[in-house]
Formats: sequence, C-alpha cells, structure tokens
Amino acid sequence: MSERQEFLLDGEEVPFIPGQTVLQAALSAGRYIPHLCYHPEFKPHGSCKVCTVKSGGRTHASCTLPARAGLEVDSATEEMNQLRRTLVQMLFAEGNHFCPSCEKSGNCALQALGYDLGLTHAGFRHFFPDRPVDASHPSLLLDFNRCILCELCVRASAEVDGKNIFSLSGRGIGKHLIVNAASGRLADTGIAATDKSVAVCPVGVILKKRVGFAVPIGKRRYDERPISAQALEDAPRPPAATAIQETQ
Amino acid sequence: MVELSWKLLLNTLVQRHGRNPVRLLQMLREVQESKGWIAPEMIADLADWLGLPGSQVRGVADFYSFLHTGGPCRYRVLFSDNITDRMQGSEALLDYLCGRLLLEKGRVSEEGLVSVDTTSCTGLCDQGPGLLVNGWAIPGVTRERLDQIAELILGRRPVEQWPSDFFVIQDHIRRAGILLGSGLKPGEALRVASQRDPVSLLEQVKASGLRGRGGAGFATGLKWEACRNAPGDQRYVVCNADEGEPGTFKDRVLLSRYADLVFEGMTLCAYAIGAAEGFLYLRGEYRYLLEPLREVLNRRRAEGLLGRNILGRQGFDFDIEIHLGAGAYVCGEESALIESLEGKRGIPRNRPPYPVTQGYLQRPTTVNNVETFCAAALITHKGGDWYRSIGTPKSAGTKLLSISGDCAKPGIYEYPFGTSIRQILADCGAEDAQAVQVSGPSGRCIDATEFGRRIAFEDLPTAGSFMIFGQERDMFEVARNFVEFFAHESCGFCTPCRVGTSMLKGAMEKIAAGHGTACDLGEIEALDRVLNQAAHCGLGSAACNSTLDTLKKFRPTYERRLKSLEFEPAFDLDGALARARRMTGRDDAGAHLETEA
Repeated sequence: MSERQEFLLDGEEVPFIPGQTVLQAALSAGRYIPHLCYHPEFKPHGSCKVCTVKSGGRTHASCTLPARAGLEVDSATEEMNQLRRTLVQMLFAEGNHFCPSCEKSGNCALQALGYDLGLTHAGFRHFFPDRPVDASHPSLLLDFNRCILCELCVRASAEVDGKNIFSLSGRGIGKHLIVNAASGRLADTGIAATDKSVAVCPVGVILKKRVGFAVPIGKRRYDERPISAQALEDAPRPPAATAIQETQ
Repeated sequence: MVELSWKLLLNTLVQRHGRNPVRLLQMLREVQESKGWIAPEMIADLADWLGLPGSQVRGVADFYSFLHTGGPCRYRVLFSDNITDRMQGSEALLDYLCGRLLLEKGRVSEEGLVSVDTTSCTGLCDQGPGLLVNGWAIPGVTRERLDQIAELILGRRPVEQWPSDFFVIQDHIRRAGILLGSGLKPGEALRVASQRDPVSLLEQVKASGLRGRGGAGFATGLKWEACRNAPGDQRYVVCNADEGEPGTFKDRVLLSRYADLVFEGMTLCAYAIGAAEGFLYLRGEYRYLLEPLREVLNRRRAEGLLGRNILGRQGFDFDIEIHLGAGAYVCGEESALIESLEGKRGIPRNRPPYPVTQGYLQRPTTVNNVETFCAAALITHKGGDWYRSIGTPKSAGTKLLSISGDCAKPGIYEYPFGTSIRQILADCGAEDAQAVQVSGPSGRCIDATEFGRRIAFEDLPTAGSFMIFGQERDMFEVARNFVEFFAHESCGFCTPCRVGTSMLKGAMEKIAAGHGTACDLGEIEALDRVLNQAAHCGLGSAACNSTLDTLKKFRPTYERRLKSLEFEPAFDLDGALARARRMTGRDDAGAHLETEA
C-alpha cells in the first residue's frame, strides 16, 4: 500500500492516489469543483477551463493539474466562481442556446452549470453563428447550434465505440464539429443510436429522434437536484488512477 | 485527365512519405502547392492510403491558413497584415489590386482564377508591405508592382515564370556583434566539440548562462540536460523556425545567411543529448528558403558534418529534415509545434509532461529557437565563460532585434543584453518615437517615459520583435491590429481564448466604429482578466497585453472615440439592412432607417 497523500482544497485535506489530478481526487473525495468538458470515464481534456483553480498564486485547470502532496488549492472563492460564470457566459454567447425550446433543457450540463453558478444574465453580445442542423440520420438529429466543443463525442466515438464518427475542424472561433463522411452527413456514417458518443453529449447537439419530451420539463435530471450534487454521484469511487498523459 | 494526374501525384507523394500518417501535414502542403487546393476526393484518397478517418484529415487541412479546401483558385494573393505593413500602406494597396482584378476581398473570382486576402505578418516588415502569391514572398509592394502582378495573373502566367526580381529579399544587417560577426566556418564548432565528450559540451552551455531566444528564456543547458537524462532510447532535436511573432524577421536572416550556424548548433545539441534525428520546422511564409536550406544540408552531408559517423567519430550519427508549416502562429508554441510535426492540428498540449521527457512521438525532445542554436555553436567554439562575460549577469550574451516601423534604418541589429531602448532608437534613426512594441503583440508596449529601460530577461524580455511608432501613429489602431491578429490565430482549443479573443475584437471594432462607451472599456478589461487567468497557452494569456498596455498608457486614444453615453448596443439596426440593400441594389434614403442625429 502506498502512503496516504493529501493536498489542501479550500483549506481542507483531500487524499489522492499518485497519478490523479486535482479534479479527479476532489470528486472521488466527495468535493465538487465545477467542470464541463471533464467526464470521469475519459482522460482529462482541459479545454473548457471551467474547473480553473488557484494554486501558488497561479491559475490552473484542475482537471489536468497533477495532485501533489502539500499543494494548496483554492476553488470555492468568489474570484474563481466569477471566472467560471464568465466562461459559461462565453459559451452561451458563442453558440445558439435557446433553452425554452431545447429538448435537452433540464438534462443539459451547460444550463445546469449556469443555474448552479448563479448566472443571472447573458453578459456578452451573442454571436448568433449560422450553424445548419443535420437531420439526415433516421434516428438521430445533430443540432450544432448548441455545441460547446467539449470533444466528448469525439473521444467517445474513437475510444469507446471505435468508430471515429466525429472530428473537429477549423480554427479559432471557426472551430466546429464535423462527421466522418465524404458527404458531411451523419446518415452516411456508421453511427448507431446506442453509441457512447450519442449518450455522452452534455448539451443538446446529439439527440435521439421520436423520444423528445418523453420526460416533461420540470421532472428532468437537473430539475431534481443541482449538477454539483449529481457530479459527485457520477465520480468513480474508488477512483481509477489513470495518469494523465498528453490528451490530444 | 485531372483524375489521372491526381492519382499519379498521390501515389508518388504517399510513397515518398512512406505512407506515414505523421507526414500528413507535409503531404497536404504538397497537394496544396501542386493542385492549388485540396479537393474532397483528395482528402478521401489520402485518408484511405493512410488509414485515417477522412474527417481527421479534413480537420488538419482546415486548421492551417495556407491549406484551402473551399475550391480551386489559381492565384492566391495574401497581403501581410501586420501593423507595420498597414503603416506602409498595405490596406490601400490591397484595395487597389482588388479594383484592378474586379474582385471582392476574400472571395475567389468566378472562374476560379484569383483571390486577394490578408494573412498574418509575413516577416518582411523591414521591406514591406509584403505579400505572398501561392506561398511565394514578394517584398516592397507598390502600385506599379501590383499593376505588373495583375497583368501576369490576367495573362495566366505561372508564378515560376514571373520576373525573379519580384522575389528578391534583402537581409538588412545593420549591426553585427559576436554572433553575426563571428565568421565561424562550417564544422569549426563541431570539431571542438567532437574532441571532447558530450557532457563537457553540456557543461559549457550551462556555464554560458544561455537562455532560450524564443521569448520564454528557459536555461538552454538545463533543457538539454533534462532531455539527455530523460528515459528513452530515441531523442530528437527540433529547431523552432516558425517565426510568427509579428514584427520578427531575424530568423529569416539567420536562415538565409547563417544556415550553417543553425545546423551546426542543432548538431551540437544532438551530440550533447544523444539524438540521431532532428527537424527544422520552417514557417510556411518562408517557403522560398526550403530549397536553399536543403542544399546546405546536402553540402554538410557531403562534408561529413551530418549523417553517419560525423567528423569520423564512431556512433555520432545525426541528420536533419525540414518540415514546413502552413500558416498557424500557434505552432510557434513548442508543444503545438510538435503536434504539427506529427501531422496533427497545432493544439498546445497539456503540460506536464514537457517535451524534454515526452515530446515528438512521446520521446524526449529538445525544442530551441533558431537563434539559440546559433548561440550554442558560438559558445562551443569560444567557451561558456567568454559568453557569460557579455551582457548582464542574468542575461548572458547578445540578442538579435528585428527593427521595423517608424525609423530610418529598419533591419537586423545585434546588441549585448542590457542595451537601453533609447540607444537602440538612436542607432536605427527613430527620432520621434511615441512608443515601441517590444517582443511583438504578445510582448509589451512601452511609451517614451520608459525608453531608459533595457533589453534583458530581468527588464524587457524579448523574442526579437521591435516595432517603432512615431508621434503621428494612433496607438488604438496598433492595439486593434494586434487584437485582430490573436483572434485570427487562436487555435480554438480553450474557451477563454477561442471566444475571448473574438469578443475583444468585437469590442475594439465597436469602439473604432464610434459606438463605444465606457461600458465597453469595462468589458475589455474583464476579457483581459479572463484571458490572463484561464487561457490554455501563452497565445491566449498574451492576447490581452496590447489592450492592457495601451489602455493604461494611451487611454485618451480610446476615450476620444467613445460616445458620452453610458451604454450603447452593439447591434446596428440600419447596418442589419445592408444585405437586403445589396440584394435589391438599393441605397436610397428610403432603404435606410432613420438614425437619431
């Protein structure tokens, strides 16, 4: 047995297994740090930056920050939460998010995070990008308007489904999700409604057809309890101590 | 017939690159160069050959500015859009060429003949405005030159047949020091090193106090040592010649005039760390240097300075290959550069692990700037203590500066560290400077009160860009140019940089259009904070430097553009009708909304 090691999160001790990152260790110890592109079943990615924490006077994405004994990490501070609110506002402004008409409302991690962080207004001018939907597939709909570029579907399709259905293309603000078909249409890929890449989408991009609104709004996942409570239940315990390696 | 020629090209291309997916970017670049674009079927064929998903190949192609998947175009003209190009009249020249060719900026002409657009700094600031035609650099553009270019394009004359004097690029070495004036002959430093063991070479570099010349200033000796000691049986040397920081062009000159010194430094590094393979990652804008550099490599192989048993020393094997970039500033960040070398999208990696332990193909890799390798060669020849005696205690040696902007003698200047800005301004003939941007848009903007400051890691660190702005220049426009640059070059990986740089650009546009308010200045400051705190790499955290500095030092240039209102919406009602006006061909009073005067 390796010696028990700990770091400090907001002044309280959090145990970790060498190889874990700060976010992984915190979640498996029942401590919540807001996050969006991190998913317990995948290698930390570090792109959304919502899980940013402060340590040693500098900011780091906690999902990729290796846990070290004696590290002092500040997360639940007004400064960090304000940063997180701004980042979530940025994601709302970047895409076209109309929660009242979205099938994912109540099951959406972005929306839930917005509520949990106490987001009260848009904050920024919206970009209103032109992103056509892809309804070609008989049982799935792709609504790119809601994509937050977390790459979970890319990772799930490559690592779990073994299909490489999704990729990222473009650069900067023009970065966007594409599917692996010469036609560019989802119908011409080998995706199935049961694929991990479909289930893993945290927002309303990859939707199953003909099951919309089966659960009424008000009775959905994050209507019951906030995302901060549910994220802890999802965290694997005991944690899978997967060392972070380069993630792209 | 197009079909047949494509299959033929594809076949030779794929074979030459050993069907290796790591070579994807090089293959795409070559397809672009010979076909003028990368068509969907070419992507599909390449993906098949390499066993990659087509979407991944497309994702790589669409990441790089010089790879085009949108449609064929025989002549792609790209005007360098650095602030120094603009100061030399590039915007009016671009409009002029568009007029001559009856084109709209950024759109390919109907018959697929020509397009005219802008690109980030091409490194010709001392002889601008610069442009690229199908990737080939042309300096000192004038209206007369554009008339000639327009004739050649309309006459469909291949670029290879254009007059060669269009493409002559000057070195403009104005002040040579220990490096530019060393007169070191090919192999001279290597001979010194190969008589000793690698560790003593490492000790020399450590003793010299040499720090990386790419801007970050990490101790070169420590980097080499960490790489040498990292576990693994294959190591790599990578020379970062992706000189993308606007206003920098010293690596262009080093690679044109001192290529042997660069390769010598890389070979020395290989000797010190125990590497057998090296790469020079050359920015796409310097495409014209590819063949001359390959000739230098061939000569060095023939002279026994590269290849097997270098200088007769058993087991000292090392060779260098040149990889070309394709228009992505972010690839100057070392881990993004490695991703790009591996044929991927140039996204900076999460660190740790660092390249010295897990770099190219996850193996120990030393990445250094062009100038760093040159300095290492010099140190090997003359000794670490000698080098350390030059400069300041914390910044040993000399620094090359690329000087451009409002001065009489733009060009390359070599100074010992510790030289004051005032001295530099006097030497290059900048009599009436209002401000200097030190180390490019990601560096700092300093005003006249700070001209006593010095070029040094402990005062004003610099990667070499030195842009001078005279009294009549509008510093708001300077900052706006830089903000546009970052928005264009953001890789898009992390939220703060991808969205934040575009928001910053939007806020600057709003102020430039005369719709800004105090509220917008507040938004800029908030965005600066987020970029600083949360960006994934140096590009994002530096993206706010120019607005931060100019807001602090030249605030009146922002304020005089503001409306006195507390808030004004960015949405322009009348502007929203512009498309409808274009479609109906109307522009009369009735087609405009009344605006309150």
